[in-house]
Formats: sequence, structure tokens, C-alpha cells
Amino acid sequence: MQAETALGRVGLWFLVMLVAMAAALGAADSGFAAHAWIIAALGFVMIWMSASRFDPMGKAQGFFKMPDGPSRYDDDPIRWGVIATMFWGLAGLLAGVFIAAQLAFPQLNIEPWFNFGRVRPLHTSAVIFAFGGNALLATSFYVVQRTCRTQLAFPTLARFVFWGYQLFIVLAATGYLLGITQSKEYAEPEWYVDLWLTIVWVAYFIVFVGTLAKRKEPHIYVANWFYLAFIVTVAMLHIVNNLAMPVSLLGAKSYSAFAGVQDALTQWWYGHNAVGFFLTAGFLAMMYYFVPKQAERPVYSYRLSIIHFWSLIFLYIWAGPHHLHYTALPDWAQTLGMVFSIMLWMPSWGGMINGLMTLNGAWDKVRTDPIIRMMVMALAFYGMSTFEGPMLSIKSVNSLSHYTDWTIGHVHSGALGWNGLITFACVYFLVPRLWKRERMYSLRMINWHFWLATIGIVFYAASMWVAGIMQGLMWREYGPDGYLVWSFADSVSAMFPMYVIRAVGGLLYLSGAIIMSYNIWMTLAGKQREEAPLKDAAYDPEKDRPIVTQPSAVPAE
Amino acid sequence: MTDPVVEETVKGHKRLERNITLLAIGTFVTVAIGGLVQITPLFYLENTIEEVEGVRPYSPLEQAGRDIYIREGCYVCHSQMVRPFRDEVERYGPYSLAAESMYDHPFQWGSKRTGPDLARVGGRYSDEWHVQHLEDPQSVVPESVMPQYGFLKETELDIGDPAATLTALRRVGVPYSDEDIEKAEADMLAQANPELDPGDLAERYPKTQIRDFDGNPAKLTEMDALIAYLQMLGTLVDFESAAPYEELAEEKGR
Repeated sequence: MQAETALGRVGLWFLVMLVAMAAALGAADSGFAAHAWIIAALGFVMIWMSASRFDPMGKAQGFFKMPDGPSRYDDDPIRWGVIATMFWGLAGLLAGVFIAAQLAFPQLNIEPWFNFGRVRPLHTSAVIFAFGGNALLATSFYVVQRTCRTQLAFPTLARFVFWGYQLFIVLAATGYLLGITQSKEYAEPEWYVDLWLTIVWVAYFIVFVGTLAKRKEPHIYVANWFYLAFIVTVAMLHIVNNLAMPVSLLGAKSYSAFAGVQDALTQWWYGHNAVGFFLTAGFLAMMYYFVPKQAERPVYSYRLSIIHFWSLIFLYIWAGPHHLHYTALPDWAQTLGMVFSIMLWMPSWGGMINGLMTLNGAWDKVRTDPIIRMMVMALAFYGMSTFEGPMLSIKSVNSLSHYTDWTIGHVHSGALGWNGLITFACVYFLVPRLWKRERMYSLRMINWHFWLATIGIVFYAASMWVAGIMQGLMWREYGPDGYLVWSFADSVSAMFPMYVIRAVGGLLYLSGAIIMSYNIWMTLAGKQREEAPLKDAAYDPEKDRPIVTQPSAVPAE
Repeated sequence: MTDPVVEETVKGHKRLERNITLLAIGTFVTVAIGGLVQITPLFYLENTIEEVEGVRPYSPLEQAGRDIYIREGCYVCHSQMVRPFRDEVERYGPYSLAAESMYDHPFQWGSKRTGPDLARVGGRYSDEWHVQHLEDPQSVVPESVMPQYGFLKETELDIGDPAATLTALRRVGVPYSDEDIEKAEADMLAQANPELDPGDLAERYPKTQIRDFDGNPAKLTEMDALIAYLQMLGTLVDFESAAPYEELAEEKGR
């Protein structure tokens, strides 16, 4: 690194550290101070890294590793993204198993930092935004380069997106344990963390659209439509739902711009579409690239993908009010939400059909290829939970299911079954290609992972169906004497066996992910397990390259 | 597959696929419509912005308690929204009106009942019960799976700047008067300490409960604030009189 650059970098980070320390000392509350200290510590680490990178002899190759030339894809942020996905995935699943156990055994609550109320947002944010978010960042950067046959636009910005997003996760996660929350589900981080995420997200949009703009292919591939819809819509939802008034510019606390009914519908417009665009559109994008790749077949129907893309993104946005059935939200809004939720069944299944039918003529691979098997199971769970969702949105069904564990079971058949399995499958696809290995360390272990995860989800979903329906029925049961039969406490004690089964299901799912981490670790270490062979998709590194525009030959004089 | 309409559409779609600007704008317009149609009317419609007799902004101590309720993630397991069903009304009390949460920034309707609804928990149990229950829930409800919150009783309430809190809330539309903001800190201290002069606290915040809540008058704790909040939940509207039922009748279709 050149002397001036190094000095400039050190100075910049020193400034960041000073500002953060000043904010920490002047903070109005201890939570905000803790967050400022995290930033200051980060500034210090960056000073140290910048200084240690000062290499007067070396060339300015940039702070992070850039590709050697235009004939290679820029895969460094993707490698980091895959590792981050696995790291946060384990953290999020572990938090999930912990809070599931807390509900069965309340003695496991450790006040104040590890009480259920503080760890639960940690679990949801860790799996949705940290695990799912990193999977989306990594795969979108991978897919957009391959389908555009070009390198990432703005490589430095792409690295900022990755690290900026990790900082967002650390601030959000530590915030929950410290009690910093605005209490909007899946949008709990406070105003300053929201502002930071907005900056990171704009950078993400610029990198993604910039790469599309310099594509070498005439058409924008369908996976990119879904990634684009995910990025654009999440930006809209995030900004509107997090509008808030901070109490002090040096304090964590803020108050939502909206109140009561308006706040409730804004929140669930956000909340439902966090599912719709973060966990559905983004993951469908993954499906549209990786399923055809692993199956070595083209996407089943191009027309179906057009119809189902536009109808999915149009209908999803309307479905939010089904989270507010029979509340003080006006009836027309509830009914509108219900009707659109039911209509949403069709485009959802359009996506599932397009994915599953891609295996036409290659169904035998389900028997021999554990990665394709995982993808098929993910699509099956996607289909199941997008049928269950519309069913639960019907007002009369919802009157029973709302506020119960049935909703929790529904969410997890989608999250564990669809998002989890498709992410695992994509990571299994990516790891050998990103680290230039012939194959994963062990394909047999993928098979083990598949079965542990699937059985875990079955335990989870089945116990929560029983729990939810039982709760709903107990709360509304009248005896022949005309009085309510059960006290609320009765319904709580009846949950115990279901909560234990659920925790066991979660533990199975977590153990699958641990096997996966070991498998990846060994693959990165360059090892291959000796085992009876299983099939995997073929990979030719020589073909996995961007198109380099050759300057047209100058005719000889 | 020779339907000319389908052919034309597919051909038209190819333009979008080749133009990133068109695709991005088309996507944004498509996803913006639903929210605009559903959410915007709520800021204008009669039955979502009407006021109901008795509903008032939170007193500074209640608001501080509410902040603790949010901080601890109580909303994760407790709803504050009684639905209009016979069993819920019988179990929890009259069903919730939109106006009852009109000063709730943010709303606390919740989405899950691992524990019971709290929309009308105010006045249902004694302060002593709440203290004991929060310290050790299983000692009063053996079946409970609620975590313990004994630290609230030990932790002195960080008063911070109550005037700034009320000012922030006023900026988002809660009608605190200049006097309310001026007296915010005095109001907060006086509500939990009968030794102090509450002044006109009870006139500015009708139905405010002024007493020591946590059984330890010497110290203003987080427990004081949280119980002050819990004890006022659902108590502002007088459901014994006829007026609220007229409002209930106005809210159609529930």
C-alpha cells in the first residue's frame, strides 16, 4: 500500500473511532453507549489493519482481495458471504433451540439479558436477516455475475455492502440483548441502526443494478428480476415502517411516527412482505438459478415465470392485514387482506411448479443426488407453507389459529423447510466452485443433513399444529354450565409435551447444520472423504468465466 | 401456444427484460400499489381516527413503564387486543377499540399469546401480586413459563429526560401541552411517591393512579414504572356507561 493511502486510511478510521468514542461518552443511555463502543472498537481494529497492511514495497492491490484480471469472476465477497451465512445460521439456530427450551423449562431464563423476550428477536433476526440475508447477498452477487457474464460493478462498494451488513447484524443482535428495540417484529433495531442499514442497502442496489447495466448478455435472466424486486421492495418497506422520532441524537430510544391502527397496519404491511420479498422473492431468485444448474436442465417454463413473477409481487403487498383479523383494523381492510392472501396461493404455486417441473426428465437425480433432493424438499415445503398460509388467512380459520403456536409452526415449515433447505443446497453447490475443489468433502454427509433436517421439521411442524389447535380450542371451550372450561394457565400447562417435542425437532435441525459446517470445513481444508460415490452436477471451471470484450483487431496497413 | 395475445405479451415483456430502468420502475410501481390503497385511507377514515371519551396520553411514569415493557419484549408473548368473541370478552373484558391505542407509538397489539392478553389487565390484580409475579411468576402461577423479572425491583428507574421523551412524542402527534412537558420530571417523581405534592397531575391525566407501586417508597424503581403502566391498561374508557357502546356500535363489521 502507498504511504499516503495508508496514512489517509489510518486517519479516516481514527476519526471514526474518535467520533464513536465521543458519542459513547455523551450517550443518553447505556445501550447507545455500548453500540458506540462497538463502532469505536471496530475503528481501532481497522486502524490496526490499515497500519499493518502498510507495505511500502508492495503494489496497491486494494484493501481486500480483488480478482486477478477481467477473465475471472469477483468471488471474494461471495466466499465471505458463504462463511457468514453458515456462522450466523448456526448462531440463529442455536438461539432458536435455546428459546424453544426456555418455553418448556422457564428456569433456563437468565435475567435480564437472556430472558425469552430479549432472545426471541435475536433468534428471528439472526435467522432471517443474518443467515437469510447473507445467503441472499452472496448468491445474488454470484448469480448476477454468471447470468450477466461480467464482473461485479463497483467492487469496493460490494465489499462495503458485505462488511456494512455484518456491522448492522452485530448492532442489531447486541441491541436486543441490551434491551434496545422498537418492538416492531422483524424491524426491532432502533433508528440509527436503521439509518445504517439504509446506507448499506442503497450501496447494495447500486452494485446490483450497476452489474446488470454492464451485462454482456442481451436479456436479464429471471433470477435477477426476483433479486431486483427483493432489493427494491425491502428498501421501500424498511424506510416507511421505520419512520421514527428519536428522543435524543445521542440516545437509542425513538418513537414510531405512527400510532395504533395506522402503526399496526404499516408494521404488518412490512412484516408480511419481509416474508414476501426477503424470504420468498429473494429465495425464488436462488431457486431460479441453482435448481436448473444442479438439475442440469433449463427452467421448465419461461411464460410461467413471467406470469408468476408479476402476479406474485403485485399480490403479496396486499396480504398484510391478515395478521390483524378481528382486531380494531377496519373490516374492509381485513377482508381485502384475506382475499389477496387466498389469491396469492396461485402465483406461489406457480413458482413451486416451475421449480419442480424443471426436473422433468431428470427425476432419477432425486434418488442419486443429495443436493437436488434437498432442493426438491425445499420446494415441497414452499408449496406446503404457501397453501397453509392462505388457509390461515381465512378469517374463520384465523379466529382459531391467531395468537397460537399454529402460526409459529407455519412460519417454521416455511423458514426451516423452504428457506433453510434451499440455502443449504445452494451453499453445497457453491462451496466446491468458490474454493476450486473437485467436490464437497462428503456427499454422504449431505444425505445425513437432509434427513436430520427433514425429520426435525416434521417434529417441529406436527407438534406446533397440535399445540396451536389445542390452544385455540381450549381458549374458546364452554362447558354445559355456560362457563369457560379452561383457565389460561391450563392451556399453558397443556403445551409442555408439545414444547419439548418442538425443541427436539429444532435440535435435530441444528445438528444437521453442524454436520454441514464440518463438511464445509473439511472441504475448505482440501480433503475428500473416501466413501461410496453419489452423484453431483458436473463443473467445468474453464467455462465459469466472464466474457471479456476483445478490442477489435486493427487492420494492418 | 399460438394464441396471438400471449405471443404479443411475451414479445412486450422482452422489452422489460432488456431494459433495467423499465424493469426496476415497473417493479416498484407494482409493489407500491397495494400499500397505498390499504394504508393511506386509515389516516382519514372516521372510525380509525375518531376519539373516544376517556382516552388520554400516557403520564410520564406510565410512558416510562411502557418503554420498559417494550425493552423487555413483553409483546412477544402478550397481546393487547381483545377480539370481539364471546370467550375473549368474557376472559379479558370488553373488546378493544381503535381509539384506545391512538397514542401508542408504537402499537403493542402483539401477535402471540404465550401468556394471556393484557389489554385490560389494569386493576385486575393488586400491586403486591404484580411485584411477586414479576419477581417469580411460578410462585403465584405454578403452570407459568414466564421469565423472572426480579431485577426490575432492584434497578433504579433511569429518569433520563422525561421532557425530551414527551417532546419526541408530541412531534409524532401526541397532544402533550407545554405544561405537561415542563412538569414532566416532577409528574414522574410524584406519581410513585405519595410524599411528594402531585400538583394538578390528576387533572391533566385523569384516572392517574398515584401511589408507591413496588412496596418500596424509598426508591423509584423500574418495577414502579412497569406496574404503573400495567395498572392503567384498559382502564381509561368507562365501559360501565352507555357512551362506549355507542362507539362499539359505530365500529361496524367486527
